[in-house]
Amino acid sequence: MSGALTVPRRWRRSSLFGGPWQRRTLLVVFAAYCVWSVRDLPIDYTRVWRGFGRAADMLARMWPPDFGRWQILGKGMLESVQMAIAASVAGALLCVPLALCAARNLVPAPIYLTARALIVVGRTFHEVIVAILFVKLFGFGAVAGMLTLAFSSAVFLAKMIAEDIENVRPGPVEAIRATGARFGQVVVFAIVPQVVVRALGVFIYRIDANLRHSTVIGIVGAGGIGQTLAASFTRYDYDFSAAILLCIAALVALGEWFSDWVRRRLR
Amino acid sequence: MARANAKAPPEGGVGGERERLRVAGLTKVYPTGKRALDGVDFVIATSGVTAVIGSSGAGKSTFIRCINRLVEPTSGRILLDGVDLVGLDRAGLRAARRRIGMIFQEFNLVERLTVMENVLAGRLGHVGLIDTLRRRFAPADVDAAFELLARVGLDGFHDRRADALSGGQRQRVGIARALIQRPDLLLVDEPTASLDPRTARQIMRLVRELATERATPAIVNLHDVALAREFADRIVAFSAGRIVFDDAPAALDAATLDRIYGGEDWSASAAADDDAPPAAPAVRGRVLGDDAGVAG
Repeated sequence: MSGALTVPRRWRRSSLFGGPWQRRTLLVVFAAYCVWSVRDLPIDYTRVWRGFGRAADMLARMWPPDFGRWQILGKGMLESVQMAIAASVAGALLCVPLALCAARNLVPAPIYLTARALIVVGRTFHEVIVAILFVKLFGFGAVAGMLTLAFSSAVFLAKMIAEDIENVRPGPVEAIRATGARFGQVVVFAIVPQVVVRALGVFIYRIDANLRHSTVIGIVGAGGIGQTLAASFTRYDYDFSAAILLCIAALVALGEWFSDWVRRRLR
Repeated sequence: MARANAKAPPEGGVGGERERLRVAGLTKVYPTGKRALDGVDFVIATSGVTAVIGSSGAGKSTFIRCINRLVEPTSGRILLDGVDLVGLDRAGLRAARRRIGMIFQEFNLVERLTVMENVLAGRLGHVGLIDTLRRRFAPADVDAAFELLARVGLDGFHDRRADALSGGQRQRVGIARALIQRPDLLLVDEPTASLDPRTARQIMRLVRELATERATPAIVNLHDVALAREFADRIVAFSAGRIVFDDAPAALDAATLDRIYGGEDWSASAAADDDAPPAAPAVRGRVLGDDAGVAG
């Protein structure tokens, strides 16, 4: 019995932030920052209060939603859906070469770095910023919106797929290479089968995301239902705005359901 | 588009003992500085099973991968029927690889593809890109694939997915894929290391039978000395990147094994070196595109 009696050893999980002093200092600094940032914000409470009042007024004027102009509404919705689908397909086509070039295990370093740089730059800017640029370049309307979504889809899909390609099992690739197959054949026979299911899942997710984005970028003039929505707000047609918002909510929910359904079946 | 009747080059017509492969002064130094092969000289004839043994890290895997340049040799010559593979450009190398079948330790099948697709992958060197996409292979190749599947004991498995097979079945598919190339040389890298002892013997027997039937010389890396003794016509032993033994299996005695494996208790269990790392390609990184040592 006495042999088992030992002084219990102490053990603590090592802290993320070094010793106790560093941790305390960090906490103090963080608390000071919180106090400072709240005090420094010029919060005008009367304005906030009046905002609530206006919200009540706006909500009152939104009810009942006005579906009377269903033709404009329908046209905007259709344009958004077309934009999203066309952009998804274009993005999927564009992403293939970009994804191949951005996979470290397939291409020489200069090509890899160039493709990665392109992806990083492309992902730096949010769809809305890209849309503003494209509206300047190509004018108002769905073309600018479609190009915006195609561009960001291609970059997004390329990044996801490139990462999958980098994680393929090297053995089958080596085996296909050893049969005397060309680069393209190795891609078709050894790479594609290993990434295709996940790539399809990401693509379906992207269609869903494009539906949501297509409703937003219209606000900066890139066509679709968003443009109709922005116009209705500037004209204080709140009952029409309400109808549009309900339709967008329904569309996004539908897209999400569809995307979930397809991806469940892919698994 | 598929070159249906692109028969492999003519068989060595004269005697069975014509020279098929000559390796001269083969050296491989990895970027890490490790000298995996150190001036290897090696010749095989147009038939026979040659087992390559040696402890892990002795250079067996590098040696076999240098022959079809999955690993780029640092220096030396690799003559396949007199043609130096080391100097070949990308197209030339692909043509040479079509003549060399390879079987792997981890089978290296494409798991999401069917058994048939995996076998026909051995014919990719004879098929264009569009036909590859459409999975159009010459009828003669499809026939050959069915025959080979029957021969390796997988009759009726052609539409199964490769990942639905057991280890032994997968290796049989791997063997069929190598043989449908109608190769002039078989490279077999630890074909049994991922299999249980009984399946291992069946697979080695199959490799030996097929190599004999088709008069194809085979170089087989094995870490199991007992299997090497039983199934090889000739045993070559590597140690520290050099060949230290090259003779008939009967000549392999205890003293020689001590020399090869460094005097460890090798006799305790021939197949027990589980702690040996799998014979993965020694350099990770690009899996593609360094065919001719040229960025592509």
